[in-house]
This record gives sequence, C-alpha cells and structure tokens, in this order.
Amino acid sequence: MKLSGSQIIIECLKKEGVEFIFGYPGGAVLHIYDALFGDKKIKHVLTRHEQGATHAADGYARACGKPGVVLVTSGPGITNCVTGLATAHMDSVPMIIISGQVSREYVGSDAFQEADATGITRPVTKHNFLVDSRESIAEVFKKAFIIATTGRPGPVLIDIPKDLTDPKTKINFEYPKKVKLRSYKAPISESKLKIEEAAKLLVSAKKPMVYSGGGVILGNAHKELTTLVKTLGYPVTNTLMGLGGYPATDNQFLGMLGMHGTYEANMAMHDCDILFAVGARFDDRVTGDTSKFCPSAKIIHIDVDPSSISKIIEVDLSLVGETSNILKDLNKAVKPHLKKINKSALKKWWTQIDKWRTKKCLSYKKSNKIIKPQSVIETLYDITKGNSYVTSDVGQHQMWAAQYYKFDKPNRWINSGGLGTMGFGLPSAMGVQLAYPKSEVICVTGEASILMCIQELATCLQYRLPIKIINLNNRYMGMVRQWQEFFYEGRYAMSYMEAIPDFAQLASSFGHVGMKIEKPSELKTKLQEAMDLKDRLVFVDVITDQEENVYPMIKSGQAHNEMHLSPTGKDTELA
Amino acid sequence: MDEKRHIISLLVENEFGSLSRIAGLFSARGYNIHCLNVAPTNDVSISRMTLVTFCNDQKIKQLAKQLDKLVDVVNVKDLTEETHIEREMLLLKLKCNKNQRDEVKRLVDIFRARIIDVTDTTYTIELTGVTEKILAFIESMGKIKIIEMVRSGTLGISRGIDSLENIK
Ligand SMILES: Cc1ncc(C[n+]2csc(CCOP(=O)(O)OP(=O)(O)O)c2C)c(N)n1
Ligand SMILES: [Mg+2]
Repeated sequence: MKLSGSQIIIECLKKEGVEFIFGYPGGAVLHIYDALFGDKKIKHVLTRHEQGATHAADGYARACGKPGVVLVTSGPGITNCVTGLATAHMDSVPMIIISGQVSREYVGSDAFQEADATGITRPVTKHNFLVDSRESIAEVFKKAFIIATTGRPGPVLIDIPKDLTDPKTKINFEYPKKVKLRSYKAPISESKLKIEEAAKLLVSAKKPMVYSGGGVILGNAHKELTTLVKTLGYPVTNTLMGLGGYPATDNQFLGMLGMHGTYEANMAMHDCDILFAVGARFDDRVTGDTSKFCPSAKIIHIDVDPSSISKIIEVDLSLVGETSNILKDLNKAVKPHLKKINKSALKKWWTQIDKWRTKKCLSYKKSNKIIKPQSVIETLYDITKGNSYVTSDVGQHQMWAAQYYKFDKPNRWINSGGLGTMGFGLPSAMGVQLAYPKSEVICVTGEASILMCIQELATCLQYRLPIKIINLNNRYMGMVRQWQEFFYEGRYAMSYMEAIPDFAQLASSFGHVGMKIEKPSELKTKLQEAMDLKDRLVFVDVITDQEENVYPMIKSGQAHNEMHLSPTGKDTELA
Repeated sequence: MDEKRHIISLLVENEFGSLSRIAGLFSARGYNIHCLNVAPTNDVSISRMTLVTFCNDQKIKQLAKQLDKLVDVVNVKDLTEETHIEREMLLLKLKCNKNQRDEVKRLVDIFRARIIDVTDTTYTIELTGVTEKILAFIESMGKIKIIEMVRSGTLGISRGIDSLENIK
C-alpha cells in the first residue's frame, strides 16, 4: 500500500484502535487535516483551545484507560499544550500528542510559527520524538504507543515537519508488528521469595494500614487490592488520585488521607506498625512532615516505577512491577499465613479506629439560610446514587468533591492531583462524556477555575455533550483565601473574585441551560431538575457560603496526628 | 548526609535530543554536573557518557534510577561503587620564555607528561592521569603563565571482565 505521510499517520492511529482525536488545525498540520477529511472511522473533536484538547484527551484516557490522542499545529499550537502535558505527565496518563512542525528546510531558522516543540516539552513528557523521515513515521508511532501505555504510563509527543506529510509523495506503508526498544525497560516481575517475605510481613502486623494511590487505578488493580484487603481484614485509605481504588462505602475504608484527609485515616497512618503502600508515591500533600511520617511503621511499597521506591521515604521492602500482577501473587501468598494474623491485636486496632471515627471529622455546621458547599456534594451523591463520573478543577470544591462523593468504582474520579491545574475540569469532562456517552458526567468546579477553559462550552454544544457543571460559587479563590486566612492573618490579596459573570446567562449564550441556586431549600429539587435534563448541558451556579473552609487540615510541615478539625461546636481544635 | 564524588557511566542511544534529556534531568532534579564527556562507541547507534557529580548516598541511588528511566538510556552504572580505573587528559598551553624552559621540561619529566607543540614563546603539554595528578601538575606551574587549558573530564572503566556493554 502506497501512502502519503499524512495517510500513514492516520493508518497508524487506526491500527492502534484510536476512536477520537482531540485537536485544533493550523498551517503545519493542514496536510494531516486534509487526509482526515471525511474519514469515517476516526472522529475528530474540535476543541476551542489546545489546552482544552489536551485535557479532553487526558480525561478520556483516565476514564477508559485507552491513550488519548491530540493533534495540534506548530508554534502556538504546541505551546498551548504544555499545561495539559504537564498535567498528564504528573498523573501518569497515557497520551499521544501529534504536533506539526515547520518543514525540515526551515527548522532552526525562526520560521513563522516555529517553536522547539521537543525542547519545550521534554520535561513534561515521558518521551518525545522529532520525526526526520517519511520512512520512520510508522515506527515512531509504534514506539510512541508502547512507551505511552506501558510501565508507568505518560504522554508522548511526536513532532512532524510539514514536508513529511505532503500528499504528493507516497511510500510503502506497513505498520510494524514489533519494534526494537532496547533502552526501554519493561517492568520487571518480582521473585517468589520477595512476595513471600512481603506476605509474612503483612500478616505479622498488629496495627496494619493499607495506603493505595493512583497506581491501583492506572494499573487496573482495584479488584486484586479489594480482595487482599478483604481477606486480611485491614483498614485502607486512598490518596486523592487513588479514590475508587477501594470501594468508599465499605466499612474497612477510612476515607482519603493527607492534607485534607480524614481524622481516622491520618491517625491510623501515624500509629500503624506495618504500612502497605500500593501504587502511591508519598507525595508531600500526603506525607506532611516526612521526618514524622509513620514513625513506628515498617513500610512495604509496591510500584511499577523503580524510581518511586525510597524517593521520599525510605521503605523496608519494595516490590517493583505491575501492581495487579504483584497483588495477584500476594493474594495467593498470604493464604497459607492467614492463621498467623494476631486477631486480638487487630480487634484492638479496629476499636481504636472506631474511636477516631466518632470524631465525625467531616461533619459541618448545617444552615437553612446559606448553602453549605459540602451539602451540595452530599446531595449530588444522593441524587446520582454515586454512579456518576466526576471531574473537578482545583481548589476547595475539589477537596469537598473528594471528601463527600463516595467513589465505589475506579476511574470515576477525575482530577489533576499532581499538577493541580485549574481549567482541567470542563475539558476533561468532555473526554469522559465522549468515552461514555450514556453515563452521567459531572464537573464540580469553582467560579475562578471554570473561567480558565470556559471556551470549551462551545465544544460541548457542537458535540452535544450533556455534562452537568456544578459551580460552587463562593466569590473567592477559596483555597487561596483559606491559606490567607490561616497563614497571612486574613489579608486576602487578590483572592476575591470581582466582576464575576452571570454564569446562567453565559451558559445560555453558548446554547446551554443555565441555572442558579441560592437557597438551601431549593438545592435538592433544582439539582434533581438539572440532572433530569439528560440530553442537555446544564450549568448550575450554586451560590455557597463564602468563607467555608476545608477540614480537616494538616498544615505544611506538620505530622499526620497534628490535624486541625472543623470548628463545629468547639473552636478549631488541634487533634 | 555526606556528599561524595561519583563517576556515572552511561550508554545512551545516539539519538536526537538524548544529551539534552540527560542534562535536563540533572538541572530539573537539582543535581550538579562537575564534568561530562560524550563520545561514540564501537556500536554507531550508542554513545558513552561519563560524568562526575557530587551527592549523598540517597540522592545518588535516586539519580541512577531516574537516569535508567529515560527512554534513551541503555545502561547506567556508578563506577565508584566498585573497583575501577579513571583517567583524565589535560592539554595545557603555557607562555614560556627561554629561562623558564628547563624548569618546565623538568616538571614534564616528573609528571610523565609530553610536550606536543613548541613555538618561540609557548609550550603545549599533554598529560593523562587521575584528576589529582592533573591538578597537581597545574599547580606545579607556579608563576608560569597558563594561556589556555582544556580538560577531557574524567573517563572511567570498571576493572576485570565487567562491561557496561553487556546489554541484555
Ligand atoms: C492554573 C492555576 N493557577 C493558579 C492556581 C493556584 N490556585 C489553587 S486553588 C486556586 C483558587 C481556585 O478558586 P475556585 O476555582 O473559585 O475554587 P474554590 O477554592 O473557591 O472552590 C488557585 C488560584 C492553580 N492551582 N492553577
Ligand atoms: Mg471559588
């Protein structure tokens, strides 16, 4: 088969089973767009900004596990993708970004719309390629998909000079079945001996704690994790990225841990004697002060990325490899040792945990005058029965969504945990909705975050994406304000949002349904009304308590047992 | 923790951008590069890099893992972990008048260096050895004016049968 460079690119994508391309055209990719014109198999989704395209592809990948594909032009096209790439890179999301480059003869001459795409994106991609010949396009694509989707996944960029995509020159095309990647290390598998050692250590615990992260979701290991935790009868906590990796409504689940984690999860972290970490990377928002982290625990760590082991916290036993495989092996390995579990110690541990639970750290002062943001998420959870996909932006609303929406399934909670990118919520929801057209997709956002990619409302209309946007409108960059209240004596520098648009009208000017909720009494019925508009995007602007704070909170540099709890009843209390 | 000198040997795919990927990793993760040498190997598709960095034990382990994670890196080894041989080459151009020449020649003999270029007013000298020797030689020049100096940076190889090129 003789094909042009552009046709080769499209054939490669088809061979990889790509259904959607998220993109935005421009000079350097016009040949590719021309080849894509009228294609029946691959659907191109035109976003309204390249950042939107990257987040949409990212959301798609996080929800369905397949790599998200982005197509953008050279220069400003690719520089607009940098935030999206960094977001995906930090959270290990598999993505392929195809960027046009100026023709080879102009590379390096400061040509119109030339930018050093591989140079700019090197630190925010897992790998990148500058294609230098037509003949190598297919091989580069094959390599890119392997690198993006295996081991610890991540975004891979392919930069293609325009002349290579010219329709006139055609060459033989065959998609390689295999490629040589001698310097790319496939995840190793752990020896039986080490698995056995881990199993023995696990059952020796008197005060065990399981701490699982995004690696369980990315590695599709939630079933194995749940089985293991159930078999052992141990308590489990999830990181912000790991929510849904273990069913949140199960009694062994202690909630999220870390800066805004629950009292019981953080206290159990502090006091445990064996910490079993799975697919988690000891992020500073999780550990707090590392010198006071799990002071009396032996730590076992499972991760697919060898460089995650002992990076922040020195661990006692590491198991490197695919989390699902290792957990499968561990499930077998613990069976013969289950009798060794110290039942009475474990019972005592649970009694202690239940005592911590009586603090009810997520309770908050209810009000019938003003809408409490927490109650919005609780109501949403009740209405949707916990079955929705929920994306979020960054700020207080993100934390409340994570705390109050109980995720029983993986891949349902989609947020930028690592980079903390405002603007992620709406475009990522588009990707999720395209992956699952029949499912409910909710974007929980704040009045500051939503404006960062608001242009994507137009994309939602074009592709009829019936996303429900729940805007927790506190007229503040709430999370910034909270820090200013705590650490800067209430000097609210630049965190007050002035000149906020009328979101309901704004949404309707984009062709969607806009709604505003101001009274607690109408919260439930109006949210229900919004959710019932199955085939429309509804922008629900909820006017919430302006100065509500996110609790519990571990301030930077403090330990897990030094949380601040909500001032319900008493003053802010130091745990 | 104490910072120690480490010689890191790397085999790297001879591809576009691999040098900047490695250099970028050092700056992004806050590691210093004391010296760096890159040259082809017998296999045209692979380059060998040797670099020297100063860091503590915990950081060096992390660095090796981060380097290994780069798609372009075929193999990594911290040579200072085992018995190894290291050499550096120095090219030194001196301003040298008649009555300084004997003194320089004497030092060249003592250090087993070689004079490789001579003009009316200059001597250019070549010296190989471990870094300490190179530094000692430069210091021994005393008042003699150094016009220009080039060092290769440290090169290293492990002793015995071991090879970084045993690629699985
Ligand atoms: C792109 C970007 N810029 C700045 C920040 C810093 N930041 C974190 S939260 C926040 C405020 C978010 O305000 P809003 O969206 O209204 O959410 P709220 O906290 O009020 O719920 C800011 C500015 C960020 N995370 N991302
Ligand atoms: Mg706000």
